[in-house]
Amino acid sequence: MTATKIRIEGVSKWYTSDAVALERVDLALAQNSFTCLLGPSGCGKSTLLNMIAGFIEPTEGRILVDGVEVVGASPDRGVVFQEYALFPWRTSLDNVAFGPMIRRLPRTEQRAQAQRYLALVGLAEHGEKFPAELSGGMKQRVAIARALANGPSVLLMDEPFGALDAQTRETMQEELLRIWQQDRKTVVFVTHSISEALFLGDQIVVMATRPGSVKEVIDVKLKHPRERSAPEFVELERRIKHLVREEVEKLGIV
Amino acid sequence: MAPSTAQARLAPARAGKRGGAAERNKVFNAPALRRVASILIFFLLWYAASFANAHLIRLFNPILLPTPDAVLKVGIAMALSGELLRHILASLSRVVQGFFIAALLGVLVGTIVGRSRIFEDLVEPAVELLRPIPPLAFLPMMVLWFGIGEASKVGFIAYAAFFPIFTTTLEGIKYVDPLLIRAAASLGASERDIFRYVVVPAALPNILTGLRIGFGLSFFVIVAAEFIAADSGLGFMINDARTFFLVSNMLLGAAVIGVIGFFFNSGLRRLEARLLRWRKDARR
Repeated sequence: MTATKIRIEGVSKWYTSDAVALERVDLALAQNSFTCLLGPSGCGKSTLLNMIAGFIEPTEGRILVDGVEVVGASPDRGVVFQEYALFPWRTSLDNVAFGPMIRRLPRTEQRAQAQRYLALVGLAEHGEKFPAELSGGMKQRVAIARALANGPSVLLMDEPFGALDAQTRETMQEELLRIWQQDRKTVVFVTHSISEALFLGDQIVVMATRPGSVKEVIDVKLKHPRERSAPEFVELERRIKHLVREEVEKLGIV
Repeated sequence: MAPSTAQARLAPARAGKRGGAAERNKVFNAPALRRVASILIFFLLWYAASFANAHLIRLFNPILLPTPDAVLKVGIAMALSGELLRHILASLSRVVQGFFIAALLGVLVGTIVGRSRIFEDLVEPAVELLRPIPPLAFLPMMVLWFGIGEASKVGFIAYAAFFPIFTTTLEGIKYVDPLLIRAAASLGASERDIFRYVVVPAALPNILTGLRIGFGLSFFVIVAAEFIAADSGLGFMINDARTFFLVSNMLLGAAVIGVIGFFFNSGLRRLEARLLRWRKDARR
């Protein structure tokens, strides 16, 4: 039985009595598992991720990582944002070296570590480029390398491939799996794409909306690499689509 | 029949002179030619007006509009005698001192106010109250306060340049992308780290713009400041020339200010471009 890495206990978040972002979320995420938070807009998946990261506090309940309550951000919980959030005035190498720099490592060691992680994401020759000179896919890879360079045990990703075109997106999904299999971490991945969630996750938390909460948790036992056209994949996709559709209808668009 | 290579080399040049499209030889391309022509036409018209008025049809007293070469002659004379340099240095020293004070205060106060909501509420309305008043309106008062020495002029320039520097610094510091701050926090940065490694570099483009504007403004107002209570400087030189109707001196002073301002501005722009070379420049 694998240890629980992240425990979310009775977490609720509301801003006013009408603006309830999340209601009573209870989840246990196993160590080195890949969990996807899936749902339409307003289901609170990003809010939940931000709380695990420590950027916002739950109004009720608590989040434990390794049995310790989360209070504020920490380099042990690396974050990858949809908008990359790279420091535009730093080169790719210096962006990745940010964590090592904060840890006050000697400059040569900073660069060496940064170079290693850049190579891991396939951008070894692009260290001297500024973010403005990189494509979306490259920027996101730098962002991933930057988060990994701190050696976090938890990796939190908020729709990281949302701003990329479909081709790059698929490539990045495969890249991410490759990196994850090489260097196991507990990953929490927010997405609104069912196909993406199924391709990547061991566990898919399908979220309900209005108010945000957990609708169903689905275990995905398919072996990697997963074939998107395989019958088991398609069946799961159909099942999840149905669940999500119920929630989307609540939003009143359909 | 294909032209020989020699002809091909000449052809674009000739085409350019005739006003056609010549991409190869930049010197002969039409837009550049037109721009040079604009400058030449300006000086030609000036010369023509002055000359015609002096020798052909007297519309006004020739003293009022000397020819460009007369201005140049005065310029050379003053340069050789060292007088021009004395005035330039006097003006520059006031600009540099005033700007320095404004830069220090502007960045410091702008940063404090940008970081703290409380300070912002306390300081910004008062600044906004003063901003619409042309700094020149305070010059006579400053002369009364600080006398006719350097202090009044330096103080005046510092006052004028403070506003753009303060405002741009405040905005740069206040509106740092919160996402970048979150990213830094998740990478282990403390509050101090975040200020030093995220807020300051993020605000730098704004601050540099403010400094450049402030410097230009300093240059702009020094002239007026030297009209009142000064015995040296380019502004003084211009104003003093009224006594003996030395319009050439006036025009010389104006031209020198323009030239110096231009070089400082392009120098600052280049420095800015170097410091901010990470920006994706859509336009120069």
